Amino acid sequence: MYPFEYHKAQSVEDAVAQVTRGDDGKFLAGGMTLIPTMKQRLASPDLLVDIGQLDSLNGIRKDGDTIVVGAMTTHATVERSPLVNAHLPGLAQLAAVIGDPQVRNRGTLGGSVANADPAADYPAAVLGLNASIVTDKRTIPAEAFFIDIFETALEEHEIITEIRFPIVKNSGYKKFPNPASHYPIVGVFIAVTDDETRVAVTGAAGFVFRCEEAEKRLAARFDAAALEDMKLSHEDFNEDIHATADYRAHLIAVMASRLVESMR
Amino acid sequence: MWRYRYFLTSKPVKQTITLTVNGCEHAIEVEPRELLVDVLRNHLRLTGTHVGCDTSQCGACVIHANGASLKSCTAFAIQFDGAELTTIEGLGQPDKLHPMQQAFQQHHGLQCGFCTPGMVMSALDLLDRHQQPSRHQISEWLEGNLCRCTGYHNIVNAVAAGAEQAAALDTDKTA
Ligand SMILES: Cc1cc2nc3c(=O)[nH]c(=O)nc-3n(C[C@H](O)[C@H](O)[C@H](O)COP(=O)(O)OP(=O)(O)OC[C@H]3O[C@@H](n4cnc5c(N)ncnc54)[C@H](O)[C@@H]3O)c2cc1C
Ligand code: FES
Ligand code: FES
Repeated sequence: MYPFEYHKAQSVEDAVAQVTRGDDGKFLAGGMTLIPTMKQRLASPDLLVDIGQLDSLNGIRKDGDTIVVGAMTTHATVERSPLVNAHLPGLAQLAAVIGDPQVRNRGTLGGSVANADPAADYPAAVLGLNASIVTDKRTIPAEAFFIDIFETALEEHEIITEIRFPIVKNSGYKKFPNPASHYPIVGVFIAVTDDETRVAVTGAAGFVFRCEEAEKRLAARFDAAALEDMKLSHEDFNEDIHATADYRAHLIAVMASRLVESMR
Repeated sequence: MWRYRYFLTSKPVKQTITLTVNGCEHAIEVEPRELLVDVLRNHLRLTGTHVGCDTSQCGACVIHANGASLKSCTAFAIQFDGAELTTIEGLGQPDKLHPMQQAFQQHHGLQCGFCTPGMVMSALDLLDRHQQPSRHQISEWLEGNLCRCTGYHNIVNAVAAGAEQAAALDTDKTA
C-alpha cells in the first residue's frame, strides 16, 4: 500500500475541515469498500479522515414516525436492532444479507450509500422507503440522491450524518445474490404505505430505480399472481459474466413475486 | 507528478498506537498504511492469523476486535488504536485447546489448516449470537470463510460440536 496521511476526526466539523486539506482527501468509515479499492489502486487518497469513532454518527433511534440511522451504524447493528425489526422489517432483512458477518460487523450505512455501487443493497431500501439523506449541509430526498453508477448528489467532502427512514405499513427485501461476492445480481425492496406500493430495484441497472410496472400491478392487487407474465424492457440493464440483461429483467419479477408472497 | 515525487522523497510518518492483543498491551510504531494483519504478523510475530487473498474474500485473517469478528486484511492498524484484539493464539495452548479448536481436531474440520484460524475465530463470533446454532445458521455464517480442502462438511460438524461443548462448559461453570 502506498503511503497516505491519517487523521482521526474529533467531530463531524473537524472531519469536514480536515478532509479538505488533502489533494484527494477521503472519509474512512468501515473501510470495507475503500481499503479494497485502495489496494487495487482504483482510489489513491493522500489523506484519510477516520470517522469510525464518532459517536454522534452511530446509532438508531425512533423520531415520531421515522427511524433514524446514523451514518456510521454497521450493517450488523441494523440487522439486530429491535427498533428496526419492529418498525421496518425490510431494512433489517436487507442488512442481514449484505456480504458476510465480518463485512456486516465493519461496513456502514453511510459508506454504502455514499459509494453507490450499482449492486449495493442499501440503495434499494433508501429509495424504496423514500428516505432522506441528511448531510452536514442539507437534507437530500432519496429520489434526488442516486444519479448514476457510483455517482450521487453528494458534493466533494460532503458528509452523510444520518438517514431518516419513514415507518411504513409493511416492508421487505429479497435478493438473488452472486454466490461468490454475495452482492445482489438483482435485489428488490417493497414498501407498502397507506397510499402507495413502492418497488425499488438494485443490481439490475447502473443505479437503483423504481419499477413502475410492478408498482402498478401490486397497487391493484398485492399478490404474487399480479406479477405473472410481467415483461420488463431491459435496454438499460447491466450485462456481465454473471447475468444477461434479459435474465436480470426476469429476476426482478421472480424476486418481487417471492417477496410479495413472504410479505402477505 | 508532484505527488509521485513527494512519495519518493518524504519519509513515512510513523505514529505510536496501543493495541491490547490477547490480554497483552503493546505500544507499536506504525505507518498509517500498515494493515492490521501485517502488524500482528510482522511486528508482534503472531503468525497464526493468515493472509489468503488480501482482497477481503477468504476469511483466513479473521480476528476479534472489541468483541466482534473482522477481516484484519481489510483494516489499517491505526484505526484500532486502543482496541482489544483476540487472535487464534489467544484461545488455547497446544496442550490445552479451546473447545472449538478441539472440535475441529476431533471432527477433521481441517486438512492443510490454512483457513482454520479464521474459521475458528468466525465460529466463536457466531456463538456470541447463537449458543446452539443450527447447521443452516453455521453454513450461512461461514459465508466469508473459504476452505480449499475440506468441502466444508466437517467444518460445519466441528462448529456444531464445538458449540455444544462450549455450552456444556458454560453450564458447568454456572452450576
Ligand atoms: C467481501 C465483501 C462483500 C460485500 N458484499 C456486499 C453485499 O452483498 N452488498 C452490499 O451492499 N455491499 C457489500 N459489500 C460492501 C459493504 O457493504 C461496505 O460496507 C459498503 O460498501 C461501505 O463500506 P464502509 O461503510 O466500510 O465505507 P468505506 O469503505 O469506509 O467508505 C466507502 C466510501 O464512502 C465514503 N464515505 C464513507 N462514509 C461516508 C459518510 N458518512 N459520508 C460521506 N461519504 C462517506 C468514503 O469516503 C468512501 O469513498 C461487500 C464488501 C466486501 C469487502
Ligand atoms: S486475507 Fe483477509 S479475507 Fe482473505
Ligand atoms: S483446511 Fe486447507 S484451506 Fe481449509
